[in-house]
Amino acid sequence: MQQTFVQPEFRVRIDYDKCHKCGRCVQQCGWGVYDFAERPIPHDEKCRACHRCVTYCPAHCITIEKNALAFRENDNWSTNLVKGVWKQADTGGVLLTSMGNPRPYERIFDKLVLDACQVTNPSIDPLREPMELRTYLGRKPDAVQVESDGNGGFRLAEGGGMTNNLKLDTPIIFSPMSYGSVSLNVHRSLAMAAERLGILMNTGEGGLHEDLYPYQDHAILQVASGRFGLNPEVLGRAAALEIKIGQGAKPGIGGHLPGEKIDREVSATRMIPQGSDAISPAPHHDIYSIEDLRQLIYAIKEASGYKPVGVKIAAVHNVAAIASGIVRAGADYVYLDGFRGGTGAAPAVIRDHIGIPVEVAIAAVDQRLRDEGIRNQASIIAAGSIRSSADAAKAIALGADVVAIGTAALLALGCHLCQSCHTGKCSWGITTQKPELTRRIDPEWGAERLTNLVHAWSHELQEILGALGVNAVESLRGSRERLRSIGLDEHTCRVLGVKPAGM
Amino acid sequence: MIKAAVSVPPAGVIEGYRQVAPVIEREGDAATVDTTGVYFQQLNDAIRRLVADGVTTVRVTGANGQRYIGAGLRVPGVRIEVHGTAGNDTAMFMDGAEVEVFGNAQDGVGNTMSSGRVIVHGDAGDVLGYGMRGGRVFVQGDVGYRVGIHMKAYEKHVPVVVCGGKARDFFGEYMAGGVLVLLGVNTHFPEQPLVGGFTGAGMHGGVMYVRGTVEPWQCGAEVGITEACEEDLGVLRPLVEEYAEAFGEDAEAIMDGPFVRIAPVSHRPYAKLYASM
Repeated sequence: MQQTFVQPEFRVRIDYDKCHKCGRCVQQCGWGVYDFAERPIPHDEKCRACHRCVTYCPAHCITIEKNALAFRENDNWSTNLVKGVWKQADTGGVLLTSMGNPRPYERIFDKLVLDACQVTNPSIDPLREPMELRTYLGRKPDAVQVESDGNGGFRLAEGGGMTNNLKLDTPIIFSPMSYGSVSLNVHRSLAMAAERLGILMNTGEGGLHEDLYPYQDHAILQVASGRFGLNPEVLGRAAALEIKIGQGAKPGIGGHLPGEKIDREVSATRMIPQGSDAISPAPHHDIYSIEDLRQLIYAIKEASGYKPVGVKIAAVHNVAAIASGIVRAGADYVYLDGFRGGTGAAPAVIRDHIGIPVEVAIAAVDQRLRDEGIRNQASIIAAGSIRSSADAAKAIALGADVVAIGTAALLALGCHLCQSCHTGKCSWGITTQKPELTRRIDPEWGAERLTNLVHAWSHELQEILGALGVNAVESLRGSRERLRSIGLDEHTCRVLGVKPAGM
Repeated sequence: MIKAAVSVPPAGVIEGYRQVAPVIEREGDAATVDTTGVYFQQLNDAIRRLVADGVTTVRVTGANGQRYIGAGLRVPGVRIEVHGTAGNDTAMFMDGAEVEVFGNAQDGVGNTMSSGRVIVHGDAGDVLGYGMRGGRVFVQGDVGYRVGIHMKAYEKHVPVVVCGGKARDFFGEYMAGGVLVLLGVNTHFPEQPLVGGFTGAGMHGGVMYVRGTVEPWQCGAEVGITEACEEDLGVLRPLVEEYAEAFGEDAEAIMDGPFVRIAPVSHRPYAKLYASM
């Protein structure tokens, strides 16, 4: 057989003077990088730079380096493009990858800065004064109905138009990741953390495993085109239902969970046979229009006792008009997933070249819904690379009610962004179903790390709100006056509704 | 605690429909619901209340396209008769009940259904049985496009759809499990082919039986057509008998066939499509 032209991306260096020859690297590596013959022998071509071996090497004697093979300089043909051509000439295959779009498109969040109070109005110290992060997800009434409480005060009238809202203790929730793409221990970690944090996790389209039933009031169940793991019983269990139309990492295309990831438990949760591919069609074939979407929204409401139903879409060119249709179709929230959102598997050409940044999508949708007088009818969830509490605050200032985190949550569980989820061999036990790997995540440990992360971001959000001189996250929502841009062009600023710094 | 309380959605005024409760006549454990001009929410709310109150047979009269009849119903032994035209997504998410339609049914019959039975004394529309994972649907006449799409089986749950007439394009698309039968005996379109194009496109599980001839050009790349063997006829017979019983037809005449079997050539049709980065 001909030698492939694609050379290893990384070099695994072992300092054999320090090496204990304990073989732990061999045991830790899910990619099969190491052989052992008196000492570990690395096969560079298998290394994904996930640092599992590095982290667990007791002698700290492993380093992973970039394979710095020189090519003649060429700004047009990047090394990645060249390697892609070679790989496709080898295989004839669609290049498959995972996690979010890594390409150097402009990062709008990094060009936005927040305001703070100085002299003319006081900032607030959130450690010693009330600072409200509570957020209600769902349709709000056109007018609040109140009634007398009989003691000279008032209370929200029965229902008051708020009955179908979900109460969140902080405006940060976990984004949809299916059991199948991630392991059950990841799902358990997310569910336990969601309960402790008073927020929500999202099952993705793989169904709700019975181990998660105790946390069902904190789970959103997805209804995706493959209709996996859905029956009236689980519809009745989940806190809310979400129609997944699209995903930021792969707008407009469906999914294939490969047969080797469908073991007994995944098969039981998805209610499909073991070992056969789980194919999600690109569209829902009962939704070809906004009217059809309304039909499915109300089908789910009818079957679930009128629980909140959200609609998740990828941020694409006409996102504002689409979102308006979704709200008019009766959705309780619109979930906008930007083009940097993660995935367990996507063709690289789709991930890297389709969709728009979530920042502009939030601003465009929020503005459109306000202009049409229907902003109160649905909440906006924003995702697709919320990397920090600063991104969260900026997303909320642009008009989101809630942000969802997926990649950040996986990072908390050990993900090193090696972009290899689709292989099913994740050494960190996150995106794999191999029992020897999945047991690396203890749900209790995972839940604690996720809880820590969201607590930390929530504290930071409170600090940001304090600096802005407001005492509730509601006061920041859609308050673009509190944002300024640095170095963004005029058109983008206009879409964002944000002034340049200094104005 | 995050709890979504049940509430009746705000009633908008829908032209041609009244936002009022239907007229109900109850006799013991049967009830008749006159739904002439009544909106689907009030109709389905009435059905759910009656079932919760112990009614086992609900006769819906005057149906004219009201959606979601029987949707999400989880009470085995309950029977809903629909007189008139059953609307979109009839028996969607249904788990255990029976719906019998004396008339035509619109799109999405048995959508994502779990178990139970639907009988349609007439024709049915598109995407019938979408994502269906159990139960049985019998349609006396013709069906529309993308019927049986993404039906899937799991352990003992094997969905069955039997259509007595002809079907349009994408019959059994993405099918992952279950049995999809097309008889071609009761049709408004005697001159047209039994099925349209792209039959079984993307099919990776389950089996289809068609009474008559299907040419390779009518099929997706993922399936093969063979003559139905003894074992296949053994699977078919009880289904055809159930169909014949439901509609008062002659099972033996139908079983005379000939039948072809359409099945996927691989349960992993796209395994070689990708190159890992």
